[in-house]
Amino acid sequence: MERIPILKMGPFLLVTIQVDLYDRLALTLENDLINMVSKTEAKGVLIDISAVSIVDSFMGRILGNIASMSKIMDAATVVVGMQPAVAITLVELGLTLSGVHTALDVEQGMELLRNKIGHLDTDEEGLYDSFI
Amino acid sequence: MIVLSKEKLPIQREQDVILFRNRIKELATKTGMSLVNQTKLITAASELVRNMLRYGGGGVTQLEIVSKNSIPGVRLTFKDEGPGIPDVQQAMKDGFSTGKSLGLGLPGAKRLVNEFDIKSEPGKGTTVTITRWKNGL
Repeated sequence: MERIPILKMGPFLLVTIQVDLYDRLALTLENDLINMVSKTEAKGVLIDISAVSIVDSFMGRILGNIASMSKIMDAATVVVGMQPAVAITLVELGLTLSGVHTALDVEQGMELLRNKIGHLDTDEEGLYDSFI
Repeated sequence: MIVLSKEKLPIQREQDVILFRNRIKELATKTGMSLVNQTKLITAASELVRNMLRYGGGGVTQLEIVSKNSIPGVRLTFKDEGPGIPDVQQAMKDGFSTGKSLGLGLPGAKRLVNEFDIKSEPGKGTTVTITRWKNGL
């Protein structure tokens, strides 16, 4: 069965969608991603859709689902690289992707995720400092 | 309206949808349609073809390049022989769904194209026709 690969990068999971998605493939990704969040205790999920030329209501719903599920599992989701034409179409379609964090590219998305879990690091450092 | 080219593509499985979308892209590119207009057309088609597969059990699509007042456009027809839609008016409302979807399919598709026509007869099937013109008007 065809699958979208999920890469682990430190505390984050990275997904780059390079093919056009059909519904079953998107559902498989949703499933795999949530299982990976649980297995790796990831703190963030970054989904790069820069190569995706179409996001319809189904794909939009999957992105929303991934964000909500990850949130419940204590991980933040950022969708990056949306093509302008896709953004225009999504809004006209009536889908605003509320609840999904977005960034323009992978770099900014990573930055956003790092900031989101940043308070964890500082807390730990603070704890460490107080030990010393 | 003049029909410049016409072809039929049966849709029976989800994987057929990718082929269908790519073919629309080729036709839309041929008319010189902008990327945004192409994306809107293909997204609308994607919604309608999903309905056809999910509720109509698959069907046949027709892809045409048409021309009106010498402005080219792409016209797509989705024909299934499924159970039909009992209340088309209700189905065209945002947020209405008999499945578990967001209910944006039909009304969303209508917003993304220039011309939208739906005919449905319970027990006989549903036919949806959409057109998007090159200039987007």
